[in-house]
Amino acid sequence: MAEAAPAQFRKRLVTMQGALPWITTPILLATLVLIWDSYVRLSGISPLILPRPGAVWSAWLEMLRDPRAWHHTWMTVYATLTGFTYATVIGVVLGVLIARIRWLEQTLNPFIVATQVIPKVALVPLFVLWFGFGITSKVIVAAVLAFFPILTNTAMGVKSIDEGHRDVMVSLNATRWQVFRRLELPSALPFIITGLEIGIVLAIIGAIVGEYLGGNAGLGHLLIARLNAFETDQMFAVLIHMSMLGFLFYFTIGALRRMLVPWHASARIRV
Amino acid sequence: MTQPAITFDAVEKWYGTRDEPVHALAATDLAVAEAEFLVLLGPSGCGKTTLLRMIGGLIAPTSGEIAIEGRSLWRGGQRQAAALSDLGMVFQDANLFPWLSIEQNIALPLELKGVPKAQRAARAQELARLVGIQGFEKRWPRELSGGMRQRAAIARALSYDPRILLMDEPFGALDAMTREAMNLELQRIWLATRKTIVLVTHSIAEAVFLGDRIVLLSPRPGRIDMVVDVPFARPRAPDLQSTVEFQDIVRKLRHRLAEIS
Repeated sequence: MAEAAPAQFRKRLVTMQGALPWITTPILLATLVLIWDSYVRLSGISPLILPRPGAVWSAWLEMLRDPRAWHHTWMTVYATLTGFTYATVIGVVLGVLIARIRWLEQTLNPFIVATQVIPKVALVPLFVLWFGFGITSKVIVAAVLAFFPILTNTAMGVKSIDEGHRDVMVSLNATRWQVFRRLELPSALPFIITGLEIGIVLAIIGAIVGEYLGGNAGLGHLLIARLNAFETDQMFAVLIHMSMLGFLFYFTIGALRRMLVPWHASARIRV
Repeated sequence: MTQPAITFDAVEKWYGTRDEPVHALAATDLAVAEAEFLVLLGPSGCGKTTLLRMIGGLIAPTSGEIAIEGRSLWRGGQRQAAALSDLGMVFQDANLFPWLSIEQNIALPLELKGVPKAQRAARAQELARLVGIQGFEKRWPRELSGGMRQRAAIARALSYDPRILLMDEPFGALDAMTREAMNLELQRIWLATRKTIVLVTHSIAEAVFLGDRIVLLSPRPGRIDMVVDVPFARPRAPDLQSTVEFQDIVRKLRHRLAEIS
């Protein structure tokens, strides 16, 4: 069947497949909300446990108009992005060094594996103890969580450079810097961006978990405050708000990928 | 007598560890004349790629002296940049950088040498025309066929106008029909540019069709077994391959190859 389909029709099918999520996502979301709403109405569950979607929606709209909520949002964004920036700089530099210097890799590898394996979220109370209830401990948690995927992906990227490509640069008598700038960096970039994509999501998680455990600012703090006040609809609103933030960051990195590595197959995969 | 483009003086290569050394190339003398098309032919493990990579400065000889246009390629374990600038290299894979357009790939050597952008683009256009891929300058490498990618790789090697072109089984990864077309193209490019070419191949027909001289190498350790002159006039047409004279040389090489493999 597919082979017999004329090119024109097949082309239209491909275009339709690209547009498909734009149709299915709203339908799925609407269905989900409908089930949620029906369940609350029919089961008679307390709105303190599960509020109706409509209540959550209006709580979120109210939140968007509240300047204090925006202050909390900004604190979370600040902690996330600052931590993420540290993680990116240190992760990329260390990743390149590890991939290139064998003794450094062999020396650091046991520690990298060990710190990978330790559940880092469990260290958050320690960071609060050391760096206080202020923004510093959140930045550090965000950085620590985002660091490893960036490091490992960068190292993998630099290591997977094609030997044939290296031969080209050697035969052209390229300098060490030219090899880095013209071959290693562009070649590793798709891997680095994958690291960033994972890293940014972990950075938000780090910042929010940090806010759960201490301090009086940020969306994590706001969520716990709403929970303690039994304002469940507003707690759900904070959750939605956090998710939106996550989407925003993730898609920004996705846009970065399409901009920086349009040549790579990964730039043609959506979501 | 004019100076040879490439000279090998007792060049020898050992690979591997102290415990298990591999003798890749026995002490070898060789001279490639200016504007000559020399073909290195031999079974796998005969050291033909090792020999070519040593000319290209990718690996250092264990002992002996390599000179490019009369200048030593290695001095005190260091490659000499002046000698390297006379060499352009084409590999079995096109090895184009996937993040650069075809034009940028062709101009990469010029970019490394700091040639201004406008000049690079003009040169890339000119070379794209020479190798027959004009109109594809703005494409990504993945959008081109294997044969066209290899043409771009040849253009890249020619970009800084080196006097010598080194080719390591450049058409080995192509299908038979594309390969024959590329052989004709290479002859045309060679006649147009008059470079010295050293080509490695394991195809006897390709060697006889393209070469002025064929150096047959035997394995374990790699050494020159015999040198065959190919007398046919240029340009050579595909029909040449069905002549008795052509077949005689092919047969001679094939018998010898069977003996030494």
